[in-house]
Amino acid sequence: MDLITKEKIKQVKRGDQSAFADIVSFYQHKIYQHCYRMLGNRHEAEDIGQETFIRAYINIHSFDDKRKFSTWLYRIATNLTIDRIRKRKPDYYLDAEIRGTDGLNMYSQLATDSRLPEEEVQGMELQDYINQEIAGLPPKYRSVIILRYLEEFSLQEISDILDIPLGTVKTRIHRGREALRKKLRHV
Amino acid sequence: MNCSNEAVELMHKYLDHDLTKEEEQKLRIHLEDCEACQKHFHELERTIKLIQNTEQIKAPADFKDNVMQNLPAEKKSVKYTRWFKAHPVLTAAAIFFIFMFSGMFSTWDQNGELVVSKQENLEIRGDTVIVPEGVTVDGDLVVKNGNLRIDGTVDGDVRLINGELIEEEDTIEGSGLMASAGEVNGDLQQVDQMFEWLWLHLKDLFKNIFSLGYIQLIG
Repeated sequence: MDLITKEKIKQVKRGDQSAFADIVSFYQHKIYQHCYRMLGNRHEAEDIGQETFIRAYINIHSFDDKRKFSTWLYRIATNLTIDRIRKRKPDYYLDAEIRGTDGLNMYSQLATDSRLPEEEVQGMELQDYINQEIAGLPPKYRSVIILRYLEEFSLQEISDILDIPLGTVKTRIHRGREALRKKLRHV
Repeated sequence: MNCSNEAVELMHKYLDHDLTKEEEQKLRIHLEDCEACQKHFHELERTIKLIQNTEQIKAPADFKDNVMQNLPAEKKSVKYTRWFKAHPVLTAAAIFFIFMFSGMFSTWDQNGELVVSKQENLEIRGDTVIVPEGVTVDGDLVVKNGNLRIDGTVDGDVRLINGELIEEEDTIEGSGLMASAGEVNGDLQQVDQMFEWLWLHLKDLFKNIFSLGYIQLIG
């Protein structure tokens, strides 16, 4: 796919929109899923996912052919989701229901030690519970955990995507793993 | 070994495939002895499995279309290029006609000036070209933007463009004998209008293409 992607990007750089449609087809599910994991709801995931591709198209000339396109694309997506998370904090009420989730509010997004995980698990599908716990991680841990275990990037690639040193990636992954371990060990 | 820090640190290094041989040995020996760390290690491994087993999420069906609709407009030239690529036969035909007509118009465009094919023994008076009496012109004769009078003989085809053929001999001498029309040992073509010019070109073209060699007199 890399060769085909390279050729498509060349065409897009010449201004060919139809070549870009093929790129969107190929990456749409990955990028949408990434946004969904980062943001925790479908509405925002669609919004930011589309914004990712539009930004990529507009800025395609700044993409260096020698680099990996997927890395570049995930970088745009991750930055946009983190921006969105930062922006939404003030205008979301903690007890407001989160769009696209069933009865979840912002309290459930907060890491608290007061509630017992066993109680949370009751009446909830395991998948949903895990998703919720991933979404409940602080964004900087969430992004590395998602990239490492759901998108299966190498540590070096994650360092490229997030533009942070390899050592920082490792530290965040360790902390993210520990945080999830504490939440999921009772499952 | 300090369970809470060093061993856990090694576990994470193991999960990142960062362990050296000695460190791996160290961790293994410790895990055999320490139940708490064993539990911790299994929890970590299980956590990763749980995350990895979450279902894949697909983008909505109209995702791509929505992206494409919201892109800034593409350059016109690229749109045309793609259309040409998709319709090669039409493109070839279009290019053919463009060349043909542009060639024709450019030849037609050299207007105004009297143009005579290069031949000896021709007399030019003002805008009239005369083949004098008793003179034989070899080869095809072409006159453009001028009149032609043939008193002598032309040994070849005559093509007269944007001009008239003066048939009658009305010189001052006025002798009846001299009034005999000139002789053309070939075809005589006279073209007055753009349309005829066009027709002639087309005819030449087809003649060249099909090598039929048929000849027609226009005038």
